[in-house]
Parts: sequence; structure tokens; C-alpha cells
Amino acid sequence: MKTIAKSFSDSRRVFLKTSAAVGGGLALGISLPALAQTKDAFAKPDQVNLWVLISPDDTVVIRYARSEMGQGSFTSAPMLVAEELGCDWNKVRVEYVSTNANVVSKRAWGAMNASGSQTIRSSQEYLRRGGATAREMLVSAAAQEWKAPASECTVANSVITHVPTGRTVSFGQVAAAAAKLEVPKDVKLKDPKDWTIAGKSMPRFDIPTTVRGKQRYGIDTQLPGMVYAAVAQCPVFGGKVKSLDAAKIQGRRGIQKVLNLGDFVAVTADNWWRAKEALKLLPIEWDVGAYGNATSATIMETFRNGLAQNDLPVAKNTGNVEQGFAASAKVLEAEYFTPYLAHATLEPMGCTALMKGDKVEVWVSTQNAEASLATAAAAAGVPVENVEVYRVQAGGGFGRRGTQDYTRQAVLIAKTMPGVPVKALWTREEDTQHDFYRPASLVRMRAGLDAAGNPVAWTARIAAPSIIATLSSLPLANGIDPQAVIGFADQPYNIPNVKVDYAQRNGHVPVGFWRTVGHSQNPFVRECFMDEMALAAGRDPYQYRRALLKDKPRDLGILDAVAKHAGWEKPAAKGVFRGIAETDAYGSYIAAVIEVSPTGKDAAGKDSFAIRRIVVGIDCGYAVNPDNIVAQMQGSVVWALSAILWGENTLKDGRIQQSNFHDYRMMRLAEMPKVEVVIAPTGGFWGGVGEPANAPIAPALCNAIFAATGRRVRSLPLINHDLTMKKA
Amino acid sequence: MFKFTVNGKPREADVEPEMPLLWVLRDVLDEKGPKFGCGIGQCGACSVHVNGELVRSCSFPVSGAAGKQVVTIEGLEQKGRLHPVQQAWIDHQVPQCGYCQSGQIMAAVSLLKKKPNPTDKDIDDAMTNICRCGTYARIRPAIHTAAKAAAKKSAKA
Ligand code: FES
Ligand code: FES
Repeated sequence: MKTIAKSFSDSRRVFLKTSAAVGGGLALGISLPALAQTKDAFAKPDQVNLWVLISPDDTVVIRYARSEMGQGSFTSAPMLVAEELGCDWNKVRVEYVSTNANVVSKRAWGAMNASGSQTIRSSQEYLRRGGATAREMLVSAAAQEWKAPASECTVANSVITHVPTGRTVSFGQVAAAAAKLEVPKDVKLKDPKDWTIAGKSMPRFDIPTTVRGKQRYGIDTQLPGMVYAAVAQCPVFGGKVKSLDAAKIQGRRGIQKVLNLGDFVAVTADNWWRAKEALKLLPIEWDVGAYGNATSATIMETFRNGLAQNDLPVAKNTGNVEQGFAASAKVLEAEYFTPYLAHATLEPMGCTALMKGDKVEVWVSTQNAEASLATAAAAAGVPVENVEVYRVQAGGGFGRRGTQDYTRQAVLIAKTMPGVPVKALWTREEDTQHDFYRPASLVRMRAGLDAAGNPVAWTARIAAPSIIATLSSLPLANGIDPQAVIGFADQPYNIPNVKVDYAQRNGHVPVGFWRTVGHSQNPFVRECFMDEMALAAGRDPYQYRRALLKDKPRDLGILDAVAKHAGWEKPAAKGVFRGIAETDAYGSYIAAVIEVSPTGKDAAGKDSFAIRRIVVGIDCGYAVNPDNIVAQMQGSVVWALSAILWGENTLKDGRIQQSNFHDYRMMRLAEMPKVEVVIAPTGGFWGGVGEPANAPIAPALCNAIFAATGRRVRSLPLINHDLTMKKA
Repeated sequence: MFKFTVNGKPREADVEPEMPLLWVLRDVLDEKGPKFGCGIGQCGACSVHVNGELVRSCSFPVSGAAGKQVVTIEGLEQKGRLHPVQQAWIDHQVPQCGYCQSGQIMAAVSLLKKKPNPTDKDIDDAMTNICRCGTYARIRPAIHTAAKAAAKKSAKA
């Protein structure tokens, strides 16, 4: 493969050829809900509206609409299609759907974003239906040929068998005939207990390419005549370029353009290193705007002021909390804080763009190809039909790549040099300091317990920025950001009087969706406070929860499964202390038990502890690719621990103080504790798996630390409490 | 002009001596195996071998590679056969996004060269690359598997 561009046009050619060969195969646009409105696109089967494609040689091409960024759905989504189709899994190939075709056809392939752990749960129905529809058509075609009823035929491994006579025919042989048949309206889906592909651990399609070093990410885009751009944005969010002194770097080797693009500066060169080095030397004066004095403390002040308000928007109000508190024998109150956090995908933000006349092409690691397309169109000032977005694997997404600021920049630069492709790339420092951060959040919890220790009143007041209001610039419905109050407003425990209210406190720090979003922080607060309540009640934290979850079989089920696996009913070994937590998240139910041991003072005189074991369990309804679920859970634990132990972005002079991995610490292999994953799918619903496991780790760990040290941690990260982790 | 080999082939680059090897490989020679993650030697995504030694190429000047043999992830495969580390990475389904993995694999190959039968402690000490997806739980057993496979292979040879 010489260049990415070539490989893309190759795959397009292959596609056209396969489309042209439709006469010899079955090409099927499946019955998406959206197709009702897109009859036109669907009516012409030789167009790009194909979802399942079967060639005469039995090859099955399954088109995939969302993005792969490590979560494995490039494999698990097609597994559901293949399951219903009854094809030989070894003959399956997966291709990305064209973003442009999807946008032009008004979403014939549905939504393309990969976020909210939703690829399986919100696509499973049409993926399965698509496979089943194709299967029925193939069977009908075979049955017609045999002049036998379709009900006498069975399907396995791409082969249709007429049971009474033993005759067989392969999918490829009847695909052409099947393509001429009417698309059936109602198809029967398999009972998951009869699955033969889904539910089995299937190796991921992308891994062999990755280990050979041949996986290509956005950063690897290489086009003929391409120039490289380094960018600098105002270190204070919202600031603008006041002036720059281009002469200072003009004439340096390889430097081409120095561009003032309003809210950012770009330097282009014949390689990225030269551009970046020159940019470092470029004198830029910034107009930092109104927030040049903001600090973490001033932001905290706005949160505190939020907690002090009365008559805040109410997210939940059941019973009467005033009466509940009045009737309580004991009232507990505590404040919890979680900080801003950058995503730090290992591949930094970047995008390649090419403008030719009124057409734009974009090569980008994205979680939301449609957003990339819309952003590129807006930046270029062209209609969306004139834009194509080529997706490549993303070097991590975690929510960062749904926001397309970096795509906008690349297009704005490309606009200044029509016909020349531009690859814009951020440094790690730029990436750390110009994120859409997980919002910081300050929460005040109160609980009133009766004489027996049971909760009679429970309130949560949250002061935090709103992601939705910030990203959409629209006012919130009823003043509530659902992600800010999630886990509180829908808390599962049987408590008669509950009130949750929210003080929206948007500062100048951009906020966004960070893996696990509200569930990355709210379960920490809720489940640690639940431990405080259990302690005040003098009860075992597991049993205390159990009693309050009587009517919540799925919460209770996963809590029990994890407690059982961890051996909670037996006392912990000497010197070992345990913490437990449970929550729902992304349609799944998730619990953890963590065991720690105090390990005395570390070299710096700080209290240290060792994590002996993490047991984390999930009930995701159906487990489509179990080994991939295990991988997502293991990865989520690492994600959680980096944040719990060290993760924090602080502000001074309006800017983020951390810049790279030396001061925004990530967990490494030597620090990896033992993780045991329990997958306990109970069926009947579809839950996400990419994000939930992050949720119970912080509370289970902090509850264990309390058990071990008597120190109740109410803000993260632990390093601010002089608590460090040692190897077990 | 700096001359060296990349995966056995002679290459040359007319660049500043202080230009990091990573950017010479990626932007000048179109070798996209090594990745950019931090630029300050923290993450290891850019790891390559120079005369058999593991280096973080973002922090290694091209002048240091002059006259030497540079091997990237794409040079591990021999005659269409994967390196035992690559095979073990498939067997254990290690990668998630995969972006760190060329660096992880180069570090693991280097470890096994020095310690064909590494202990867990050896793995802790050698594998300091960052994986933001958190694949560590699979890297460790994959290295043990690769060590066993390599031992078998050399016993046969
Ligand atoms: S890019 Fe070289 S160590 Fe991170
Ligand atoms: S696999 Fe994504 S950073 Fe390691």
C-alpha cells in the first residue's frame, strides 16, 4: 500500500465492482427504521445503499456504519448480522459505510456515532433483522428452485439444506435468484439461546492488521503533495489571536505558511516536526478574553455558590424530604468533589483535509463521521453533499472524537491552499490543554436514617457544568442536564423521600463526554455515601445495600454475583480490607468488590495501600462477544484507576496546568492490579459494555480504603490525600 | 545526509541532525509503524530498534541512527511469518484501539531478546509504555506465551 489515498480509492473500486456484480449476487439494504423515509435510495440496488452483500463465491460483506476506536464493535456488530444470516463466519468481511452516502441518503444506515456504549444496544434490532431478512430470501430462492416448501429447509454455515432430500446449495449459488425476490416484511429472529456465532468469543477483525503494524490511523494519512500543519490555540479557552510576528520564523527550513486563523495559529511546512519547532519560536500575542484570571479556586467558588442556592431546578422529588428529615433519628451530610479530566487518547487530535473547488475531502479519526462531515461542510462553506469523510481506525476516542474542533481547523487551513492536502496535528501539550473535559462536579449529599438505620430521606444537590448546554449552546430543558444528575435522580435504592436538584455552573472550561460521562463520577459519590450510611447504621455495606435493593432484581443480581465471586460472606484474610459498590450504567448493571491492604508509609511519608484484587461484574443482558467484553472491562478498570489515583486537570491564569503524561499521569503495566471479570448476562435486555465498568471502581476502592485506613476519601484523585498505591 | 537501513533496506534523509528519528521515519520516509503519542519519551508509542537496542524515537535524533540498522514493527515479520510476540498478541487478543501496540510489541521483542524467559518483575520493569485503552492485563500473559513459543521454536531449530 503506497498511500492511504490509494487504498481508499482501491476499496471504492472494489466496491463499485461488487456493486456492478450485483446481478450475480445478493445485495441487500436492510429494513432500517430510516429506510421508510429513504425509499428512493433503497429503490436502486446498484447504489451505495447496500448493507449485506453476498457474492457468488459465498463471501459476505457486511457494511458497518459506526466507528471503531478500540471497543471492538467492528467485529461484534457484524456478528449479529452473521448470526441471523446463518453464514460461515470465516467468509465475512466488514467494510465501513460511506459517510457521504449515508448523509445524502438521509441516514439509510442509521446513526454513525460510536458513543454512549450504544453500538450493540441501539443497533442490535436492525442488525439482526438485516441478517434474518437476507436468510429468508436465500432460503426462498433455494426452495423455489427445489420446488419445495421453505419450511423444509435449514441453514448453517452459508449452506441451505433441504432436509427431506438432503440436497444442499450454498448462499453464493442462490444469491442472484434471491436478489430478485420481494423483501419479506416480517422475519423471525432467533432465540438467543440458539446462537452459534453471537455469544461466542470471536477474534477481532482488526487485530492481525494492528499487530503487523499496518493499522492506519488518522495521523498516518499520506497524500501526494501533502503539507503538514502545527497549530496553537489560545492557552486561555475562548481567547483569540491578537498579533503574531511571522517574520521571526519565515525562512526557516521547510516553513511555508504562517496563518492567523482568528482563534488559532497554524504553521505549515514540508514535515510536521519543522512546523511544530517553528511554531514554538513564533511570537504570538493572545487576547485571552475575560477568563485570564480564572483558577480552580474561582471555579470551585461558583460551585459552592451553586450549592448555597435554594429553588434550584429539581431533577427528582418523591415523597417529602423535609418531613423525612424531620422524622429521622440521625442525619448525615457530606460533600464530594470530582475534578476536570482530559481524555488523552493516545493518538493526539489531528485531521487531514483537501479542498478542491467546492468539494472537501477529510481523513480523520472520528467517533462521529456525520459530525465530522457537518463540521467540514460548515468550515468550508459548502453543502454537506460536497463533503466526503474517510474514516480510519481511531487511536482511542473515549468521547473526545465526537467533538470536531480539530476537523474544523484542518479544513480552515486547507481552505487557504486549494488543491493541497493538509495534515494538521496537535502536540500532546495542545491535546491536554484543549480538550472538552469531563466536568468537575461538587455534590452535597444528605441522608436521614431512622432508629434502625434505614434511610427515610435522601438528597443530592449537584453543582457542575452542563455538557449538553455547553456543546449545544441551547438552554436546558427544565434546567436539568441529565448527565449531571444521572445515578442520583435514578438511584435504585428503596428510599421513601428523595430529592435531587442541580445548579448549572458553566465556566469557560469546555466540557464534553468523557468515557462513562456522569457515571464516571456520580456513582463514586452515591456509593461512597451509601457506605457512610451503612456505617452510621452499624450494618455491613453489602447487606445494607441488599436490603434496599429488594425490588431491583437486576441491581441485586449483579451485586450478589460479584459479592459471591469475591467471597464476601467469609471474613477477609488478615490485613485485607474490602469495599463494594453497585450501579446501573448504559443499560447494564455493574458491581465491584475491591480488596486492599494498608502498606504503611511510602518513601515520601505518605500513606500507601496495595490493591490485592478487583472483582468486577456486569449483567449486560446478552453477551455478544464475551472475550471482547472482558477486554472492555479490563480496560475500563485501568481507565478508572488512572483517574482515581492521579487524574486531575487544574486551572491557573485561565489555563490548564497539566501538559503531557509527566504531569497528567496514566497507569502503567507494573501498576496493574489483578482484575477478575464476572460476566453474568441474564437476558431479556441489551446493555452497553464499553463504559460501565469504570463506574463502580472509584467507590469500591475508596470504600476499601476507608475499611483499611479509616480515611474517608470524598474527593479525587487520591494523590491529593497523600494516598499512594504500592504494588501488591 | 543521513544514511541508515530501515527494516533491512537502505534509506537516506537530508534533514537537520537534531530532527527526531520518529519524524524522519514517519514524514520523510513514510514509515508509519511507529506512532506519536507524547514526544517526550513518556509513552513509548514511537519505539523502534536501532542496532537492536530499544529506543523511543521521538526523543532520539536522526544523527544517532546514522550508519545503523533501524527496525520498526513492520520489520518484525520474516518471510510472511509473524514474530512470536505478534502471534501471541493475536492469541491473547491484546490490542484495543491498537495505537500503542506497535510500541508495546517492540518493547516486548526487545525484552525477550535480553531475557528469553522473563519473570513478572522483568515484565514490569521493561514494559513502561502507556496504553490508554488499558490492555495491560493481556500484555503480561501474551509475553509469557511468546517466550514459550520462541523457546519451542529455537529447540526445534
Ligand atoms: S511519542 Fe515517543 S515516547 Fe511518546
Ligand atoms: S490499545 Fe489503545 S492505547 Fe493501547
